Amino acid sequence: MTPVLLWTDALIYLLLVIAIAFGLYAARHEHLRAPWRRVLRSRIGMATLIVLAGYASIAVLDSVHFRLKVDRPGGEPVYAPEVLSLFDLALSGLRERQEVTYSAPFATHLYVKEAVDLPGGGVTRAYPRLIHGGAHLADPAADRVGDILTRVLVGMLKGLLLWMAVVGALLWLSGRRRAESWRVTWAGWRSPGTEIPWTTALAVLGGLLVLGCVAGELAAEYHILGTDKVGEDVFYQTLKSVRTGLLIGTLTTLVMLPAAILLGIAAGYFRGWVDDLIQYLYTTLNSIPGVLLIAAAILMLQVYMSNHAESFSSLVERADLRLLFLCVILGVTSWTGLCRLLRGESLKLREADYVQASLALGVGHFTLITRHILPNVMHIVIITLVLDFSGLVLAEAVLSYVNIGVDPTMNSWGNMINSARLELARDPVVWWSLAAAFLFMFVLVLAANLFADVVRDAFDPRIRATR
Amino acid sequence: MIAYIVRRLLYAIPILVGVNLITFLLFFVVNSPDDMARMQLGEKRVTEEAVQAWKDDHGYGKPLLYNAGGEGLARFTDTIFFEKSAKLFVFQFGSSDEGRDIGYDISQRMWPSLAIAVPVLIVGLAFNISFALFIVFFRATYVDLASVVLLVAMLSISSLFYIIGGQFVLGKLFHLVPISGYDTGLNAWKFLILPVIVGVIGGIGSGTRWYRTLFLEEIAQDYVRTARAKGLGERRVLFGHVLRNALIPILTGVVVVLPLLFMGSLISESFFGIPGLGSYTIDAISNQDFAIVRSMVFLGAVLYILGLILTDISYTLVDPRVRLQ
Amino acid sequence: MTEPLLEVEGLTTQLGDEASPSRVVDGLDLQIASGETFALLGESGCGKSMTALSLMRLLPPGGRILSGGVRFAGTDLLRLTEAEMRRVRGGGMAMIFQEPQTSLNPVLTVGAQIAEAVRVHEGISQARIRERVVDLLRSVGISEPERRVEAYPHQLSGGMKQRVMIAMALAGDPRLLIADEPTTALDVTIQAQVLSLIKDLRRETGMAVLLITHDLGVVAETADRLAVMYAGQIVETAEVAEFFAGPAHPYSRKLMESLPSAEKRHGRLAMISGRVPTLDQAFQGCRFADRCDSVMPICRETVPEWHLLERGRRVRCHLWDTDVPPAFETSVDDESASGHSGVAAMSRDEAREPLLRAIDLKVHFPIHRGLFRRVVGQVKAVDGLSLDLHSGRTLALVGESGCGKTTAGKGILQLIRPTGGSVLYRDRDLVGLGHRKMRAYRKELQVIFQDPYASMNPRMLVGDVVGEGLQALGIEPSRAGRARRVAELLELVGMDPEAARRYPHEFSGGQRQRICIARALAVEPRLIVCDEPTSALDVSVQAQILNLLKDLQVRLGLSYLFITHNIAVVAYLAQEVAVMYLGRVVERGSVDEVLDDPRHPYTRALFSAVPSVAPGKRRAVIRLEGDMPSPSHPPQGCHFHPRCPLASSECARAYPPEIGLSDSHSARCFHLD
Repeated sequence: MTPVLLWTDALIYLLLVIAIAFGLYAARHEHLRAPWRRVLRSRIGMATLIVLAGYASIAVLDSVHFRLKVDRPGGEPVYAPEVLSLFDLALSGLRERQEVTYSAPFATHLYVKEAVDLPGGGVTRAYPRLIHGGAHLADPAADRVGDILTRVLVGMLKGLLLWMAVVGALLWLSGRRRAESWRVTWAGWRSPGTEIPWTTALAVLGGLLVLGCVAGELAAEYHILGTDKVGEDVFYQTLKSVRTGLLIGTLTTLVMLPAAILLGIAAGYFRGWVDDLIQYLYTTLNSIPGVLLIAAAILMLQVYMSNHAESFSSLVERADLRLLFLCVILGVTSWTGLCRLLRGESLKLREADYVQASLALGVGHFTLITRHILPNVMHIVIITLVLDFSGLVLAEAVLSYVNIGVDPTMNSWGNMINSARLELARDPVVWWSLAAAFLFMFVLVLAANLFADVVRDAFDPRIRATR
Repeated sequence: MIAYIVRRLLYAIPILVGVNLITFLLFFVVNSPDDMARMQLGEKRVTEEAVQAWKDDHGYGKPLLYNAGGEGLARFTDTIFFEKSAKLFVFQFGSSDEGRDIGYDISQRMWPSLAIAVPVLIVGLAFNISFALFIVFFRATYVDLASVVLLVAMLSISSLFYIIGGQFVLGKLFHLVPISGYDTGLNAWKFLILPVIVGVIGGIGSGTRWYRTLFLEEIAQDYVRTARAKGLGERRVLFGHVLRNALIPILTGVVVVLPLLFMGSLISESFFGIPGLGSYTIDAISNQDFAIVRSMVFLGAVLYILGLILTDISYTLVDPRVRLQ
Repeated sequence: MTEPLLEVEGLTTQLGDEASPSRVVDGLDLQIASGETFALLGESGCGKSMTALSLMRLLPPGGRILSGGVRFAGTDLLRLTEAEMRRVRGGGMAMIFQEPQTSLNPVLTVGAQIAEAVRVHEGISQARIRERVVDLLRSVGISEPERRVEAYPHQLSGGMKQRVMIAMALAGDPRLLIADEPTTALDVTIQAQVLSLIKDLRRETGMAVLLITHDLGVVAETADRLAVMYAGQIVETAEVAEFFAGPAHPYSRKLMESLPSAEKRHGRLAMISGRVPTLDQAFQGCRFADRCDSVMPICRETVPEWHLLERGRRVRCHLWDTDVPPAFETSVDDESASGHSGVAAMSRDEAREPLLRAIDLKVHFPIHRGLFRRVVGQVKAVDGLSLDLHSGRTLALVGESGCGKTTAGKGILQLIRPTGGSVLYRDRDLVGLGHRKMRAYRKELQVIFQDPYASMNPRMLVGDVVGEGLQALGIEPSRAGRARRVAELLELVGMDPEAARRYPHEFSGGQRQRICIARALAVEPRLIVCDEPTSALDVSVQAQILNLLKDLQVRLGLSYLFITHNIAVVAYLAQEVAVMYLGRVVERGSVDEVLDDPRHPYTRALFSAVPSVAPGKRRAVIRLEGDMPSPSHPPQGCHFHPRCPLASSECARAYPPEIGLSDSHSARCFHLD
């Protein structure tokens, strides 16, 4: 097995490192810790955070890439051309159980009639049995419902056990840190009016674990969300799309952040010609219709890639680079908003008494910006970051529909919707690909939107002042 | 005021030059005219002469940005960049790679775009304002809470879902309206119903939520307390003061997008098969027709700047505090 | 006694959610008779505004009246339906607010806003409404009311806006006018106009006035009776004359003693230690006990009862439990007087050479207009300011808002680049020095700002705030050395050195201002520009800061340029005064000369407008008409002549030269005799 480091993987690791470093730094600074504590104390904040963490863990698992060694007796070790991730390994069952074409959720037979050889010779058109879905059932018509129910029960049981294990571990950890028996901690968590809404947190966690275990149990033998045109499991596709969605939502902001912060503060602080130049820059960029700019850039990338096809060692790498480029170009179209906000705030802060006092103390420009301006605009940055996230996830779907989104070979909700929408015209309707993509996207975006509201309330000093 | 507008218009020139430069660089640095010619003519066995002939035909025969062979100003004017962008400034869009007159196409296709965008804007505005007022009237009750939850949920649904769902339910299931297509003249109305409904519903989440915030911000102002202290009723306070003042940001928010309505909606036009400027752009993108894309970028930028200027003017009309200088 | 117009019993109001409620008004009783002016006096956060809003039933979201009764003209307001209450609002009792700026709807004409009130309360025809609006505007002393009807609020000055508010309140012919800090946002000369307007209107209409204020002077000059409020409760009610002759409650007494004035200049002001208790707690005993000098064990255990003294005077204090009137210890001590004279001796040596000289200092802001944004005019915020400040002394720069005093301070410190003139610090001109060269002088000249809440970076530890200058100017490069210095500095300003490890928001306004002083002192300056350092603070806290500034001056030999609009503070703290009007100093001299014998007509008018608590000291108010003109279009000749009672044709022609009245006293006026 040899590791493969894609560009976006590297950036995700970087993002994780930044997040952890920021977390450690914030933990030691009260003014940074306080708003996050307000987020954690809200029920909605806690619940959405856990849902988002669930999505994020899939994305992170899906970002550790490698190639498997191919067994070949004697000779040099050879690696498979396919780039896989940890997540693929975990779901290898789902990945490998391909059918011939469409099949409905929990189906045991294909969705379309095919020519089937009759045992006694001759051919008839019928719905053939699936190769994998429900293949273990002797008599699908009779056994299927019972089998599904059993598996749901087993899955729920497993989920509950897992949940109890997690809760136990949490209790033990917390008890050890505070040196009290786990019963006391448990009672403390369950009592009403706790600072951190433990009951909400544990309930959401339990729900997720049970749901996950049930899905896992069922997916072992069925295609719980059906299969698509080429027979690939839709559940697998949807889960793989999580990484793409999250990446677009986070990397775009990460990419544009340095430029927005640097230029925004510079314009507001130095004013004069610096301000004029930066304002010109962002007005110009802003006046180009965003979709057209993205379209032009992606078109150019396509041309470039087809002209230099030899420099990409695999399809995955090529798709990955396109994803990264999409993030960059989305960043270029979206940094102007933040830049303008930061400019306005810096203009105001520049006249604040404490900045004037620092000037009177002879503090240099650089120190002044890093010590007084930057920390006092950080809340705007964080609010923008979380507010933009959901919009970007939704934008991915739309852009992929217009063929200027991620690479068509890449798993993404946009691509799923794009390839499935024509199937609505079929009779009977093939609805599950669309439904799966919309559902997973909706849950992520809803959680992100609710979380963003909580974060904005917690960070915005104006809102806090009125409470 | 007039001096202000003239100054803003003058300031638009460097911005438009910048826009042109950016698109130009995007298009030609990666994809040189030679590449374009080869692509249009077919990759294989293209002679130099054929490439040169294609380039001359389509006006790509000159150097890109700087003509070393030119004299004086001609070094800059005798280039593709100058020729292609100077004409844009007088709204001569030239012809597409297929040879159609872009200016004519635009003048034909803007009407269907407007036929969707204008009703969506008006109906959406009316609905969102009324809904937001309704929520604000019941502020801090369960009606408020439930409405906000509904709005956030609507906001979290992809616009594609509204389109596909609308087509499926209204078009396919109930056969109330045609799923897509367009007709000339007044016969177009039945093709417009679905896109307009979808457009309005898709905008409720963000629109109503924003208006609600605006109303609540105004309600917290001191002058609202003064109005109550006068003995005004809740209805009078809400309509006479809160709505009146919140209309300023709402109106100027509308004015800024007014010119861009011409551009149409990329997604819904191509979904519903409306021959507007949005689908025109999408087609150009998928056909890699750069002349059209560049014209649309320029048009978009002009309309955006126009929107900004109109916003400033509308501020002076509705807000007595604002004077332009 | 006749039935009172308003009778409040046991009013209790709660703010905030159920988790952390605070009882902002707790069991409040008061009575107001028809036609009288009743003042509700208290410091910020004591619940006086919430009392007014409770009476009007206009509490902000989250506010609830828990119990009590409000009887107004025979009806219980708390039992009325919302629709019935609406008829009382504006009709029975009307209210005006502190901020005329935000209390008027910015996008409606003042005429429309007044007409709204007229329409609600008088069923008269459309044509008559306009007439009535013009009448109302005329009755509140607005000139050219026919034209002003069409004006928008932003076209009017602060004083005019408050007049419009009053006109609106009068529309329903109310029997009670609630005025919530009606003049706090206004200048003294405008305050005098508005207060006398309220007095006149009360006489003409016979309405009662509930005046809510923190200003003892305003109470003394305007009210008939008063109630002192502390931490959500009334602690004393009395007739105004008797109250000022001798307040009965220890808190009232302290408030009086902490007022700065000329008589107290050689001593220290009384201070109330500690801070106002927060109202989200359950109280046991007297709420003032923790801060009271005369506290007794019983004060901490039982809530004091009302004691009825002579002539309807009532007080809520255990000191009155016995029949013997309690003796109060006088808390004005004179120990620092000797130190003070030491400074005077020192300063005499250096008296010839001023530490700081501003000569013809100008700070103009260009106005751009037209197609190419040409400069078409200048806002002449500071327009030829000259002053001298001697070592170890305090120069008070006095003026109303908009006169350019703050800009002058910033111009002297080179925080704003002056347009002309020079600032000589020890004979070196600071004007035109670059960011780098100026750093050498940053150590010598420091600044303290008005708003202690805005003048510290909320994201820095107090220790870092105080140590910032030590680090920036390389005075204490080592972290340990800095920490030691910061601890010393915090102790110097009377704070616990532990404060260094906390954040600014954990401190009260007064404490924050101490920290700001420590920050300025860190670099051991010779001169501190104090820009209204106490005007955002309550009287009792103001006394703490003034005492501190005075002590520090004695100990460290500091010089202060004290920018203020508060004449009482000037008298207490300064040795010299310069009075500013529209960008220029119109009169300067020593405190005694200027305060006792002001010669410039503006100075006279300004001083006469200051409300005083001492009945004997009151002068006839010289009322100034109109407002200060805009600094972008100062009047020709003497800037003051359009408002000056003595103006002659000469005044419109040229700006008067500086005329010496004594060695130190001078003024710029043609009519000094």
